[in-house]
Amino acid sequence: MTLIRHELRQAWKSLLVWTLAIGAFIVICLLMYPEMKGQMDSITSMFSSMGAFTAAFGLDTLDFGTLRGFYGIECGNILGIGGALFAALIGIAALANEEKNGTAEFLLTHPKSRAQIVSAKLAAMIIQILVMNAAVWLLSMGSVAMIGEPVPWKEFGLLHLAFFLLQAELGCVCFGISAFLWKGGAGIGLGLAIVLYFMSIIANLSDQAKVLKYITPFGYADGADILANGAIDRTKLLIGAVFATAGIALAYGKYCKKDIR
Amino acid sequence: MGNTAILAENLTKYYGKTRGINNLNLAVAEGDFFGFIGPNGAGKSTTIRTLLGLISPTSGNGKVLGMDIARHRKTILQRVGYLPSDTAFYSGMRVRDILKLSAELRKKDCRADAAELCERLQLDRDRKAEDLSFGNRKKVGIVCALQHDPELLILDEPTSGLDPLMQHEFFSILQERNRKGTTVFLSSHILSEIQRYCTRAAVIREGSIIASDSVEKLAKAGARRITLKGDLKREDLPGIRNWTEQEDTVSFLYNGDPNRLIRVLAGRDIRELTVAEPDLEEIVLHFYEKGGEQV
Repeated sequence: MTLIRHELRQAWKSLLVWTLAIGAFIVICLLMYPEMKGQMDSITSMFSSMGAFTAAFGLDTLDFGTLRGFYGIECGNILGIGGALFAALIGIAALANEEKNGTAEFLLTHPKSRAQIVSAKLAAMIIQILVMNAAVWLLSMGSVAMIGEPVPWKEFGLLHLAFFLLQAELGCVCFGISAFLWKGGAGIGLGLAIVLYFMSIIANLSDQAKVLKYITPFGYADGADILANGAIDRTKLLIGAVFATAGIALAYGKYCKKDIR
Repeated sequence: MGNTAILAENLTKYYGKTRGINNLNLAVAEGDFFGFIGPNGAGKSTTIRTLLGLISPTSGNGKVLGMDIARHRKTILQRVGYLPSDTAFYSGMRVRDILKLSAELRKKDCRADAAELCERLQLDRDRKAEDLSFGNRKKVGIVCALQHDPELLILDEPTSGLDPLMQHEFFSILQERNRKGTTVFLSSHILSEIQRYCTRAAVIREGSIIASDSVEKLAKAGARRITLKGDLKREDLPGIRNWTEQEDTVSFLYNGDPNRLIRVLAGRDIRELTVAEPDLEEIVLHFYEKGGEQV
């Protein structure tokens, strides 16, 4: 517990900034919705005539004129991309930052096994993702209630659960990569998150690239699919779980035997 | 020798093709005040980091407090206090939080010892880690290494960054702990402090131990510093080193047969002669110049 508490103390400022930033964007979007609602007919027809890009962002499945559609696309993108970047950053920094900041000698010469340290850092990362998602969920649902719209609990709940799982998977994969680094790897983490996001866009653009949806966690966290089907694709989720498990296994396997610089 | 606090048997560490330490053999008895001497890059830190499990040996074995370094790392670390050569702490944390974290990670209440050590080292516990000078960071590292009253202290270049007064106070603390039974193992390239405080020492050169004995014997064994006024030429006597000439005075280190020295000097016109034990620094330099010959 000491290690987890220490990790969370080190991380609380960045967690607060990311949570407020993502939460604030979603709240602003939702507060703008009643005003935009009246103009939605023209916006919807404009969005539905953008050719391939209509499909790319799921606008062919969702009606942007409804709260469901608006939330699934606008808020989904904010939490999807923002949350993915956040998870990638904290995952990639988790193990590598001790060596980057020169604190590894301090930490690793205390009577804690490497496995205990990996477990504590992993737990702290998951807790941060959980806290950020819980706070954003509360802010979002509060905002929906504030604008006087009925809250579609199940659908929005599924959407938020998918984003949490996306972030957890990406965080775990970056966590595994982090065990191999000693100079920090923010670029790698952010790059991976962005590449995976664009993989899902490409998968929406072309039938031949549909397979990419099984690789990227954005595949099962696609707002259009979740809201249209009322479920998260279990196959894609299972593949994501395999990637996350591989990341965690890699972290334990490497870090427990790593030569510390 | 009683129980060994540190035992390294053919300990070897290569970083790819680069040598860290090579077939290093070292024994430090419990209760020793042991100096580990060597220049930068000789393998001092690699030895220490291998013993503490920060890096894995390529081959060979090591034991700390009788326990295998590969299998009992956690138990070893519970009973060891370690001060790295370059200490870094988490930014944003105050000194008191760092000390508390270190104690909590050891599941020990170290408040009394921490308070006493901070007072003796004049360490302000309210300062933030990022505002600490190198010397003050070192002090925090010293308190972290000592506050849990470990059986073995492993200190890597402990005095760098400390002013002379603090160095004196630091060694006073170490001597007190050593008298109470703590084994002290410190690496340094400041030979005067090894000679002054340590009872035993080992010299490391290019990753291997080239000498290990009591400091007294290390200083006495081997070469003598010969200083004379006379017509001696360097080629008159084989096995001499550190030859210096100043006006009519020559000085050199001699490690050969004393009878031969007397015979050679007897055949020359010598007006003044001094034979002295060189200090540890000269001895260590002598070891290095000998090219790693085992003594």
